[in-house]
Amino acid sequence: MSQHRLDARYLLCPLPVIRTQQMVDELAHGDIVEVICTDPGALNDIPAWCRVHGHELLSAGSSGEDIVVTVKVVGTTR
Amino acid sequence: MEVYRKAVALVSGGLDSMLAAKIVQNQGVHVEGLNFFTGFCVEGHTHAIRTSTDRPNRNNALWVAEQLGIKLHIIDVIDEYKKVVINPKHGYGAHLNPCLDCKSFMVGKAREWMEHHEFDFIITGEVLGQRPKSQRRETFPVVARESGAYDRLLRPLSAKLQAPSLPEREGWIDRDALFGFNGRSRKPQIALAQRFGLNDYSQPAGGCCFLTDASYSGKLRDLWEYRGTKQYDFDDIMLLKVGRHLRPRPNMKLIIARDAGESQFLRGYRRRFTHLFSVSHSGPLVLLDGVDCDDNTRLAARLTARFGQGRDAASVRLDVVYSDGEQRQLNVRPLPAEQVLKDWYL
Ligand code: SF4
Repeated sequence: MSQHRLDARYLLCPLPVIRTQQMVDELAHGDIVEVICTDPGALNDIPAWCRVHGHELLSAGSSGEDIVVTVKVVGTTR
Repeated sequence: MEVYRKAVALVSGGLDSMLAAKIVQNQGVHVEGLNFFTGFCVEGHTHAIRTSTDRPNRNNALWVAEQLGIKLHIIDVIDEYKKVVINPKHGYGAHLNPCLDCKSFMVGKAREWMEHHEFDFIITGEVLGQRPKSQRRETFPVVARESGAYDRLLRPLSAKLQAPSLPEREGWIDRDALFGFNGRSRKPQIALAQRFGLNDYSQPAGGCCFLTDASYSGKLRDLWEYRGTKQYDFDDIMLLKVGRHLRPRPNMKLIIARDAGESQFLRGYRRRFTHLFSVSHSGPLVLLDGVDCDDNTRLAARLTARFGQGRDAASVRLDVVYSDGEQRQLNVRPLPAEQVLKDWYL
């Protein structure tokens, strides 16, 4: 189980979701990804994407100017 | 042992593709969705740019997938899609929308995905006669052939008007449970949605992308014309969605933010373009795309002043920051309204 960080700042939706999906595809069950974004749309889109693929949303919120969404890889994207 | 069939559905976020996926899902087929991000999609990000909007802040394709309980894979095709927009074999629709080439491209990508993931067939929400150019009896076989999907392409909403596809012939799908919708009326789809208990869906007015928009297409044509080449990168096509675009001279274009959200967005491009903003009054951030000689910069400054709160002041003080980081201050008289020519607007 490992921790990862994805810098998706200045990308507009749906690019943060696409980048999250690409990273999660390479990770193992139980890994955790922290996605840093600036587009508030990611607060809706990444959690929706997690629900659709069965991944666990650990947290989603703002931190200063950034939006941070944390996902635990438990579903199967592929 | 019964084989569990799998279908991949193109999901745009609109009603037709939602219904098509649902019809097949109802027959016990495993369905997963694909959504392609070309960079021109209306979906998704435009609400993030402007501060005032009543659009729901959600990605409709993901939302549809959730309603149907299917997986959705959003795929970045920005680079590959360029060849479709720049040089479409079948030409453009009313604006710069290469719908027929676009459909073949997307079904072709779905076919690759299907083969790679060992799925059995492809579903689209196409309806015969719905769009004058790209959804006609003659164009349906073109998409099937050029995508390489052939009879593994099923259009559940108009299937009964077509020869049976492979999934129907093989009995993976019951043809009787498919439909024969034809024409531009939306009533049959709305009735079917009701029957399925789906009552919250999006119905985009023009099409699924900005290329069907007259004003957007005009800006893209302008970009190609003044660059002297039919090329674009991702930032170019994003910037065409934002702000007022004015071309007062052949070698200069201005992108003027319309609200604080757009100013914030354009600020992200300040290293690529010379930009201007008023410091004595509040007003928009303006990008200058083109030659930033003194003459052009001065006109850009007077226009920047025109679109800010200082429009009626005798003089407005502005900061001009060049793309190389050099900075200067200018005091200008705002350009009078009558000197802002109509045909400057793109
Ligand atoms: S409207 Fe745009 S996305 Fe839809 S088929 Fe036409 S070109 Fe493709």
